Amino acid sequence: MLTSTPSLVTLENAGVARAGRWLVRGVDLSVRPGEIVTLIGPNGSGKSTTARMALGILAPDEGRAERRNGLRVGYVPQKVSVDWTLPLTVDRFMRLTARLSQSDIDATLESTGITHLRLAEVRTLSGGEFQRAMLARAMARKPDLLVLDEPVQGVDFQGQIALYELIQKLKDDLDYGILMISHDLHVVMAATDQVICLNGHVCCQGSPSAVAESSAYRQLFGSKGVDALAVYHHDHDHTHLPDGRVRHADGTITDHCHPDDGHHHHGDGHTQGEKAGDA
Amino acid sequence: MLDDFFSRALIAGIGVALVAGPIGCFIVWRRLAYFGDTLSHAALLGVALAFLFEVNITLAVFAVSGIISIALLQLQKRATLSSDALLGLLSHSALALGLVVLAFMTWLRVDLLGYLFGDVLAVSRTDIAIIYGGGIVVLALLAAIWHPLFAATVNRELAEAEGINPERVNAVFMLLMATVIAISMKIVGVLLITALLIIPAATARRLASGPEQMAVIAAIIGAAAVVGGLLGSLEWNTPSGPSIVVAAFALFVLSLTPLFGRLANRNAKHGIPDT
Repeated sequence: MLTSTPSLVTLENAGVARAGRWLVRGVDLSVRPGEIVTLIGPNGSGKSTTARMALGILAPDEGRAERRNGLRVGYVPQKVSVDWTLPLTVDRFMRLTARLSQSDIDATLESTGITHLRLAEVRTLSGGEFQRAMLARAMARKPDLLVLDEPVQGVDFQGQIALYELIQKLKDDLDYGILMISHDLHVVMAATDQVICLNGHVCCQGSPSAVAESSAYRQLFGSKGVDALAVYHHDHDHTHLPDGRVRHADGTITDHCHPDDGHHHHGDGHTQGEKAGDA
Repeated sequence: MLDDFFSRALIAGIGVALVAGPIGCFIVWRRLAYFGDTLSHAALLGVALAFLFEVNITLAVFAVSGIISIALLQLQKRATLSSDALLGLLSHSALALGLVVLAFMTWLRVDLLGYLFGDVLAVSRTDIAIIYGGGIVVLALLAAIWHPLFAATVNRELAEAEGINPERVNAVFMLLMATVIAISMKIVGVLLITALLIIPAATARRLASGPEQMAVIAAIIGAAAVVGGLLGSLEWNTPSGPSIVVAAFALFVLSLTPLFGRLANRNAKHGIPDT
């Protein structure tokens, strides 16, 4: 049904070898507009390598990688370090690879909740603030394809949810495709259209529920992975926004959550975060 | 005004500093200080070859530095030797090779000290033309590749993913570096060129809140160091090249004092170095 839409990026049986060893092999994937495809897998399973092939940073040693002509990409790499010698404000960082109007920049900073950091130097940001700035920068380019390598690393659990919701919302509004790498199975399972489990090759792929059923997935992630599907689908009546305010189920926004509020995200945030870390 | 050797020295020195500042910023940002050292030491080999083949010295220096920089880019991609060992090896080998080749040409009497430490007071009108001609070309090209080069400096993969060709802008930047070394050799000499590139940029960092601003401030600080160094060398009869470097260093030390610190705070409200 979706196959009629031309895909933004396609990998066909793609693999990369270094020093006589296959980092990853036989990957088939495609990302279409309005779709979130997530790569999961243990460390060294070839997730980042696969993303780099999709981006064209690495040429596949076998198979093919194709991107739509004139594809506009926004990329959030896993590790970016800006050291002291570089005087770089968030505002200048936003313009790194694109000419943007000030109103576009302001709007994106607003939606990622870091308006107040516009003139701050990038190297002074905390891990979570920096991830938001990276995400804002990639989105401000108005890309066709957003590639996110661990986009919520260093962000506390509540912030993670907020960022994932933001990614989802922007995807719905702007209809771009997202290729994401994530460790956090809970969120992956809740917010993804297609999941690809990697472990040097594709172990299983499909919709989150189909993948969770597969034996390969259970083998890779054990029972924690199976729990992941259930855990996210609990009821919560309020959400902590990126800027620290709280949105309640009825849509009102307050500075703090009330003691009588229902299910609380802080508390289980820690346990869930740890679980995700183990996985 | 150009009849006076001191005015010529000032004009030439300022011209070099204005170009060295912005280029030096990228050298500091990309941690290429040792790389710059290697290229400038190789410049002496260029001088020797220029005498050997009787070609223009500036051109020969540019050619040798350019070839070495591109060769280094390639070597770093595949070499098993670590980058700094490779640079150290090439840097001093090129310097030694230059000295040996010069010594072989027994028919030649060259002012070796002039090449090693600069001879700004012997700058001719032709030299000034070369410095400003080459300088304008370098600054124009740098302006043209500024945005992609800066993006690739912040993060190469990010730049590449978003449609920039880092390899190409890197190669252009290496050639710009080779040009700057060729035109500034006369002013500070091959052993001190890197100082003129790096010190003003490092000084400017404290005052700048953005990359473009830092480049402009580095150029101004470099020019100030040239003026101060040359006046000092005239006053105390010290060698001109080293005097310029000492003046640049003095400005750097000054930038660490509270006086500069206050200036810096006003300029970069959020960027107070915490180290």
